[in-house]
Amino acid sequence: MKLLRILGLIGCLLFVAGCGANTVTRGSAVNTGGGNDTGDGFTGIEDGVIDTESEFAYFSKDYFDYEIGDRVFFALNESALSNEAREILMEQSDWLQRNPDTTITIEGHADERGTREYNLALGARRSEAVRTFLLQQGIGAVRMSTVSYGKERPFAACSDETCWSKNRRVVTQIEETTGS
Amino acid sequence: MRLAFRALLFLAIVSILGGQGWAQSKSDAPLQIEINEGIIQLFPIAAPQFIAESAGTTKQAKDITDLILSNLERTGLFKIVPESSHIGKITNFDSPIQFSDWKAINVDVLLTGTVSQGDDGNVVVKIRLHDVFAESSLGQGVQYRGKVNSWRRLAHKISDVVYSRITGEGGYFDTRIAFISEFGAKTDRTKRLTIMDYDGANVRFLTDGTSLVLAPRFSPEGDELIYTSYRTGKPSVFRLNLRDGRLTRVLETPDMTFAPRFSPDGKNVMFSRTTRGNTDIYETNLATNEAIRITTNRAIDTAPTYSPDGQTIAFESDRSGTTQIYTMNLRGGNVSRISFGDGTYGTPVWSPRGDYIAFTKQVGNIFHVGVMLADGTEERLLSRSFLDEGPTWAPNGRVLLFFREEPGERGGPSLYSVDVTGRNLTKLNTPNFASDPTWSPLR
Repeated sequence: MKLLRILGLIGCLLFVAGCGANTVTRGSAVNTGGGNDTGDGFTGIEDGVIDTESEFAYFSKDYFDYEIGDRVFFALNESALSNEAREILMEQSDWLQRNPDTTITIEGHADERGTREYNLALGARRSEAVRTFLLQQGIGAVRMSTVSYGKERPFAACSDETCWSKNRRVVTQIEETTGS
Repeated sequence: MRLAFRALLFLAIVSILGGQGWAQSKSDAPLQIEINEGIIQLFPIAAPQFIAESAGTTKQAKDITDLILSNLERTGLFKIVPESSHIGKITNFDSPIQFSDWKAINVDVLLTGTVSQGDDGNVVVKIRLHDVFAESSLGQGVQYRGKVNSWRRLAHKISDVVYSRITGEGGYFDTRIAFISEFGAKTDRTKRLTIMDYDGANVRFLTDGTSLVLAPRFSPEGDELIYTSYRTGKPSVFRLNLRDGRLTRVLETPDMTFAPRFSPDGKNVMFSRTTRGNTDIYETNLATNEAIRITTNRAIDTAPTYSPDGQTIAFESDRSGTTQIYTMNLRGGNVSRISFGDGTYGTPVWSPRGDYIAFTKQVGNIFHVGVMLADGTEERLLSRSFLDEGPTWAPNGRVLLFFREEPGERGGPSLYSVDVTGRNLTKLNTPNFASDPTWSPLR
């Protein structure tokens, strides 16, 4: 997530004009950033203006999804939160506290390596781990609901670890906001 | 070919619209295939095209004969001796059989039949089985009657009789398969509850794809399906009446419910319910809608399946650290782990015969469907691929269906059948990607 964010920011730095015009598809974690369409990233280094401002308003769902990161990842068959996941969830919780009118659905997902039933239960365990963490940070239980999709909604479609690691995730879905 | 001889059992004469039989001399020595792992030689059977006894039934006679032979061939147990090599011709259903003609081409069993259309417009199919070496009839003749457009079911019923008389086991041809049809990209699949005949004919969609649906299971009578739907926003167990289309939620709860199965008497449903991230097994009585909690473990307890006598439950749990199969009594007591091999085990499914439990097994990056006895011994793996999952039993407990998912972005699932012996792995034709099969009882 961090990496994606950094790449996104670099994209903004290099192609400041392009960032504003960039449309971001909901549900995609990857901000491709800028108008460089080589398909595999950036071909050279250009001078840029340092600008740490996000292209998104802080209170927007886009800021939550792409600047903070709407998702955390898990190890195989695990529902324990990694340190990296905790950092992201801390930021999510800050944002949620400053956006008290939002409600969230915490979606648990698993990779395709496991039975349908087990993965539904595993996704539920993961979403509960995130819910419990946010609860501990003071987010009200009434603002949060959980659901598991098991292996039904992979984010990445390939059949190897590069995709499976992206699919073992919990996505914090902002359902309602009056802040933006 | 091993032949076993056994006393003739009572054979019912049945009809789709009402039974009607006719007298036939009784043989006391039917021949029989024994289905076991040792069979490698196919059982030779011949069926000359059934005689069209009334005008306009020639095409039906051919279609019905062909479908019966296709059914028998698909079992992997029979060798069809083609009509081109027949010496004898059957022109009259009631004339004595020239057994020497059939012996000469090494046919063990001869099936003869007629097709006619009655005054009421119904099609009547009559058959007789003949034991060529004993030169006698194999059981009584049988006839079935049905509407013209139900000719496929007539052929399936006849196939069940033939299979049953020769193997001594119940058939599985006049059955249906419910499953999930899958459409669209792997990251955004649309799933529709679907039903078809066992042979892939008469595909019908039961849901429109608006909600994600998973893992249907037939009721013991075959008139209902129970499955998981996201129509409430969360996985919830629903019950669909196939006669009137009525849909009922099994348990009203904000919790997630999934992995349902009917009890053998159809009165209860056992399923998983997740409360605060913890998945346990519950049972609901369908008359009272009261849910009783069966497991209280902090682990994932799911995929419950009843033994055919309804007294024991097999389920999967990761309470030992990895997912394994356990058995317990109806109140969650007397828990015993039964899977001990390499890897992880899931989705136990009790055979309708009560002998085996089928399961999904993962070892490293390979998945298998397999069977083991209810005490966990005699494990046998029947398949192997990138992802094999979700076995379901034919009503006679001799054949399993499961789904196999091909890897990759464009990969998707298909249905496969395999004998409990591990022989005859066959892909079923479905119009779209297909997963989560459930096999109906005999109709």
